[in-house]
Parts: sequence; C-alpha cells; structure tokens
Amino acid sequence: MIRYIYANDLHQYPKLRRSMFHDRADQFKIRLGWEVQVDDQGEEHDEYDALNPLYVIWEKPDGTHGGSMRLLPTTGPCMVNDHFLDLTDGVRISSPLIWECTRFCLARDAEPRTAAALMLAGGEVMTGFGVEHYVGVFDARMVRIYRMIGSSPEVLGSVGEGRDRISVGLWSFSDEARKAVGERAGIPLETSRLWFDMAFGGGASSDVTPQVAQSA
Amino acid sequence: MIARREVILEALGQAHELEALQDSIVRLRDHFRVDHLVYHWVSSNGEQYGCGTYPDAWVQRYLDKDYLRVDPVIIGCFQRFHPVDWKRLDWSSKAARGFQADAIAHGIGNQGFSVPIRGPIGQFALFTASHHCSDEDWARFTASNRRDLILIAHEFNQKALELEPGRSQEQSRALSPREIDAMTLVAMGYSRAQIADTLSISEHTLRVYIESARSKLGALNTTHAVAKALSRGLIVV
Repeated sequence: MIRYIYANDLHQYPKLRRSMFHDRADQFKIRLGWEVQVDDQGEEHDEYDALNPLYVIWEKPDGTHGGSMRLLPTTGPCMVNDHFLDLTDGVRISSPLIWECTRFCLARDAEPRTAAALMLAGGEVMTGFGVEHYVGVFDARMVRIYRMIGSSPEVLGSVGEGRDRISVGLWSFSDEARKAVGERAGIPLETSRLWFDMAFGGGASSDVTPQVAQSA
Repeated sequence: MIARREVILEALGQAHELEALQDSIVRLRDHFRVDHLVYHWVSSNGEQYGCGTYPDAWVQRYLDKDYLRVDPVIIGCFQRFHPVDWKRLDWSSKAARGFQADAIAHGIGNQGFSVPIRGPIGQFALFTASHHCSDEDWARFTASNRRDLILIAHEFNQKALELEPGRSQEQSRALSPREIDAMTLVAMGYSRAQIADTLSISEHTLRVYIESARSKLGALNTTHAVAKALSRGLIVV
C-alpha cells in the first residue's frame, strides 16, 4: 500500500524507515554512483531529509520499503533552487502551486508496478492539495522508467552527456494520465483515494462528508 | 464595499508597514464573504506576528487557556506544508472537542480551511479562513476558492517577510532575464506557441517561467501578473 508520511512521523514506522534509507543508499550510491552520504548504518540521508519533507512510500506486504519519493514545497529551501539553477536558465522555480519531487527510489526487488503506484500517489497529492506541477532532478537512467509508466516529465534543462546527463524536469497530471497510471499500477482509483484519506484524515473537501468524519 | 481580490492584493503589495496587512485581511474577509480570515506568523527566532478578524475576546481567551497546545489546527499544520480542511484534522480528544465548542461559541465558525506556509530559514506561518455553514456549502466554497486562498496566503507571508524589521529587500522577488523575456512577449499578445518558439523553449517550460513570474509578482493569474509587471516597470512593451 501507499503511505504518506512526514519525516517527523517516520519513527512510527521503524522497519519502513530503515529499509527506505537503505534502499536509497543502494540505488543512489551503489547502483547510480552518485556522490551521496551513507552513514555507518548503511542509510542515505541528505540535508533535505532534515527539513521535514513529505515521503510518499510504497510499503510491501512485509512492511518494508518498495519504492518512494520525497516532496518539498518550492517556497522553502529545495534542491532545484539551491543546486541546479544553472539548469533552469537561472529561473528560481518558487510557487505554492509547484512542489519539488526528489529521491525517486525503487527497491531492487520492487514489483514492476511500484513506480506507477508512486506516480498515482503523486497525483493524489496534486488533487488533494491543489498542487499543479512537480519539479525534480533526475538522471538519464530514470528517463526510461518514467516513459514506461506513462509519466514522462517535460525537461526544463540538462547538463552532461549519456549516462551522466542530469536534468530538471516538470510533471503535470491530467485526468487521463491519472487513469493510465492507475491501470498500469493495477490499483483502483478508489483504493488510491482511500490510502490518501487514511493518511490525511477522511472527508475530502470535495466529498460529501458525514459529521462522524470529524473524528476520523 | 467589496473590492475585487486583485485590487485588494494590489494594495497589500504596496504596503509599507505591517498595519496595512490588517486592513487588507479585513477587506479580503468581506470579499470572500466568510466569517474570518487570519494570518499568523512565527519567525525562526520565535517572534510572532498576527493579523486577522477574530474577535479580541477570542484572541485573549485563546492565550488565557493556552489553546496553542490543544488546537488541532496548530498541531495538524505545524512543520507541515499541505493545506487542510478542518474536517480532516483530529478532533477526537476531549480537549479538542472542548476547544472546538468554545471556538464556535466565540463565533469562529464550525468550518475552516488552513494553509501552512514554509518560508525561508525556519519561518512558519498559517493562513486560515473560517466560517459557519453546512459541510456541503463549505465544500463548494473551498473547491472554488482553494487556489486563490493558497496564493493569497503566500502573498501575506511574502509581505510580512519583506516588512520584517531589519530584513533587506527580498532578492527572490526580482524577475530573472528569462522571466522578463517571457512576460514581455505575453504582454505583447503573442501566443504561448509563438513565445516558446521565440525563446527556443518548450511550452511547458514557458508555463513554468510564467508561473514563477506570477508567484514573484504576487499576482493571481497571468493577466494580473502582466499588469503588475507593466505597472512596476519591470517589463516594457
């Protein structure tokens, strides 16, 4: 299932938390060879994990991490504006309607549908919170994965060549894209909505809500 | 007198002292036809500032009862950044229910929508609209006003940051050369496709440049942003 967890609540899910930071070390340090910091517990953390980001996590049936991504508002400190301004022609992308999505990570043994499930969850966040775009940094190897799940970003700028090519990209999410991603993930849209409501309290503003929802 | 929200934001944008925020928030409350609008800011060094339309008696009551500790809106929004309908918060504790009854008795309303704001360097703020009405009416209100409430919330915060004593002019409000190019061509009436072509960027990229310019200009939409950029002399057509 999909979980939406702010960093300061992660301690409630110790197994999920540990395996997520392990898988991040595995993906970014070992498989991609990025210059990221891995601590003596084998976990990868960076300065943005300390800013209480919102993690969107695919939890496997055994309670461990299958895949995840990290969301931050672009009105505060974030990676694209702090480190990649040269990729956006110096344009600082800062808007309450644009959130940053980084550290998109899949466990080695992730089911094929995991990436699509995460994209579907990204769409829930957009619908639920009025977010219109995500902006994010990704490398060449992710391009194929994004295309495969039918959610290719619009590239705003790139640097480097071949496998070392790093890009800043922009995602939007139409209703059609949402349906397509849902089908690819094999998750009914109602289930996806339910996971979102479980994380953020029932009674979406657009739903008709019974009074009891106040204690949900 | 209920002014258009663009006009009220224009006045807010030109404010030179914090008192003007109070004037703007009252006018916006009247414009949105809700019971209350409140903006509350806590800076990184713990300094607080607030403006809004809550009755003085409620503000005093809130302090006296130390409601900061039980208020589900504060608990649910602090350190977070997603906008939230009050119905989604956890009102299940006895203390929270007592707080809610007291708030309603003071005319705060049974409905609310709050936008937490994460500013630079640990700054945190909250912008709230509250009202008394049915769930259906409130759902309709938030569905049609959510976007503007989020933008206005950030506009209040931007202004409060600018006016914070000892703070130098916010650099991030200046438009980058690319944003100036994009806004100039929009103002000249070219289509998005033509502009993207002229600047050798995709239409998606252009959309982001226009959105970031809109955000910096404190405008509610592209037309509003063009008007502001022109009136401030940031672009010349």
